[in-house]
Amino acid sequence: MWNYVKIGVLGVIAVLAAIAANFARDLAYQVHMIIVMLVAGGLFLWTVRRTDEPLPAPSPGDPAAGYMDGPVRAGVIATAFWGVVGFLVGVIIAFQLPFPALNFEWADGYLNFGKLRPLHTSAVIFAFGGNALLMSTFYIVQRTSGARLWGGNLAWFVFWGYQLFIVLAATGYLLGSTQSKEYAEPEWHVDLWLTIVWVAFLAVFLGTILKRREPHIYVANWFLLSFIVTVAMLHVVNNLVVPVSLLGSRSVEVFPGVQGAMVQWWYGHNAVGFFLTAGFLGMMYYFVPKQAERPVFSYKLSIIHFWALIFLYIWAGPHHLHYTALPDWASTLGMVFSVVLWMPSWGGMINGLMTLSGAWDKLRTDPIIRMMVVSIGFYGMSTFEGPMMSIRAVNSLSHYTDWTIGHVHSGALGWNGMITFAALYFLVPRLWNRERLYSLSLVSWHFWLATIGIVLYASSMWVTGIMEGLMWREVDANGFLVNAFADTVSAKFPMYVVRALGGVLYLGGALIMCWNLWMTVRAAPARQAVPAAVAAE
Amino acid sequence: MAVLTKHKILETNATLLLVFAFLVVTIGGIVQIAPLFYLENTIEKVEGMRPYSPLELAGREIYVREGCYVCHSQMIRPMRDEVERYGHYSLAAESMYDRPFLWGSKRTGPDLARVGGRYSDEWHVDHLIDPQSVVPESVMPKYGFLRDRKIEPAQIADLMSTHALLGVPYTEEMIQNAAADFRAQIDPLGDTSGLLARYPKAQVRNFDGEPGISEMDALIAYMQMLGTLVDFSTFEAVANR
Repeated sequence: MWNYVKIGVLGVIAVLAAIAANFARDLAYQVHMIIVMLVAGGLFLWTVRRTDEPLPAPSPGDPAAGYMDGPVRAGVIATAFWGVVGFLVGVIIAFQLPFPALNFEWADGYLNFGKLRPLHTSAVIFAFGGNALLMSTFYIVQRTSGARLWGGNLAWFVFWGYQLFIVLAATGYLLGSTQSKEYAEPEWHVDLWLTIVWVAFLAVFLGTILKRREPHIYVANWFLLSFIVTVAMLHVVNNLVVPVSLLGSRSVEVFPGVQGAMVQWWYGHNAVGFFLTAGFLGMMYYFVPKQAERPVFSYKLSIIHFWALIFLYIWAGPHHLHYTALPDWASTLGMVFSVVLWMPSWGGMINGLMTLSGAWDKLRTDPIIRMMVVSIGFYGMSTFEGPMMSIRAVNSLSHYTDWTIGHVHSGALGWNGMITFAALYFLVPRLWNRERLYSLSLVSWHFWLATIGIVLYASSMWVTGIMEGLMWREVDANGFLVNAFADTVSAKFPMYVVRALGGVLYLGGALIMCWNLWMTVRAAPARQAVPAAVAAE
Repeated sequence: MAVLTKHKILETNATLLLVFAFLVVTIGGIVQIAPLFYLENTIEKVEGMRPYSPLELAGREIYVREGCYVCHSQMIRPMRDEVERYGHYSLAAESMYDRPFLWGSKRTGPDLARVGGRYSDEWHVDHLIDPQSVVPESVMPKYGFLRDRKIEPAQIADLMSTHALLGVPYTEEMIQNAAADFRAQIDPLGDTSGLLARYPKAQVRNFDGEPGISEMDALIAYMQMLGTLVDFSTFEAVANR
């Protein structure tokens, strides 16, 4: 019966998408509708073929009572794949800055920096980071609740729905469909789709928690819950728009000018705060204790820093708008709360690092632990640098410069990247039933390439950011500006090259990881006993 | 700390945890965003501000589409060097019709909030086609293809009425004349009285020097009006700003 409903819905979607593609007012929308039509049509045929066929006998090794790890395995592959794509686009645009000829003229603007930069940021944040969060959420919530994912195939819908969102967003950017709001560039129809997928994600997560066999909800799940709920709120409010036409991708924002700027940076900073921090802290609270085989350092500290972190983070947005037309009181609030935020951030860092007490010797033998420690270290560093840069006097120099870019990347490459790599190394042997990773020395290679890459990246951006900030404001004895803007651009050339090389190292490390994980699945010896679902581990 | 033992209530009840966490994250946003809709210095009007003309609005759409905002800010801060380099600091009122706002967050290239009138149309054409030919140090990509893409005002009235729906003061008359005004702005020999009455200070020229209306026409028309609407020789800042 359910299949007949599905067939009907999919058929209607495919036909409507075909009509919309035919009457589309712009190319991006047309391409999107063709993609939707193909996906819905394909699923339609697939469902028709399976309807009223005898069900295959359930395989004995995969009881429905066990954990549902299919979407987690798919998520592992997607994380590694999108990671490489995102880093690669990053390396390309890093080379476009010193060598503008790489903005190929034959591409008619479709591969210019202005198009590729949003592609890079979204690919690493939402495709790489988002898939890392999806797969670890699905893995963690099952293990810490002692329950199979709620909702049957809904988890698969979330996974594939999210990949469709990524494809729509990425093709949209290249074809010029953008709201121009940083990290919220996709247009209204893509935003609506993401909202549906996100609500399904929340349902799977909350449903699993509700049927848990443990009385307590584990601390990682607090962070994951607040990440999912808050991102839903931010996404909906920041994307309030009125479409110009239902047959085109263009829309008009509900909030203009200064209100729009405030809403955007309320969203923008909390995309960092909840997507890249709260969600990834959830990962830290599961994978670090598991890999170190030690309990979390302090239960009380986790309570205090959880509530303080989620309460304070949401106020920090206006520090992106110092000295702009935003009223001073708002940017002062943003600055004060950003500085206070330093404390709960370091509470999380301490809780993560001190979990290793009694297991510090593993730093010598276990490159995965090393990655986790460096990751938490970079988290601590960026959450110190961030509050510092939010102080008005510092921000007057750092704003609009490459320093900000360096700051973001020490967080993204160091904290988010490294903890994700560690999680992938942790998960692949377990998910594919392998005794161990293919090669630990390749993990070490990855570790050092990535770390050196980040150091090159961050230090070159400090130098170039502070340099251009100082050059812009330099005046001579008579009060005239010393440097033309173009002088500052040419002065940045060597640092741009160093930064791009740092990116190449980081990308190289990720490629080594992909090879290592691939060979783990292909060639590492299988683990013998298949563990059945056990109570929360 | 006794209060921490009470945390058991929250961490054993998923619904309570959800509701509580949600309430905690709403507070900051409400306090910071809600007042901006009624405070005097964020909603005041300034003499000279008007909605974008149809051609300028089309240019703005191209500016957004090509991602110009990725490298160019449109927000001059009140620091000495910025005011020297770019002009009077930006007012909230100057972006009151901007949906989306385009303040930007990074200056890989210079600020453009007051770029209008600083360079000739010919300079802009040369610069868009080959930035390094006029600024050798520039790292900007080439945008010559914009001159080859002709545009029609077919959808501009819809865009304007959507803006009007949300409160931008586009009148019925403006929306009805959208296509005509769009064409009138690149035709210095035609009748521009209607256009100039509806959009004071609109600049009427064949911006790219080629016959027909190209995307480059629209983009240059947009850039040439940026920051030119408010007359700062007569503008007086209010103390509470």
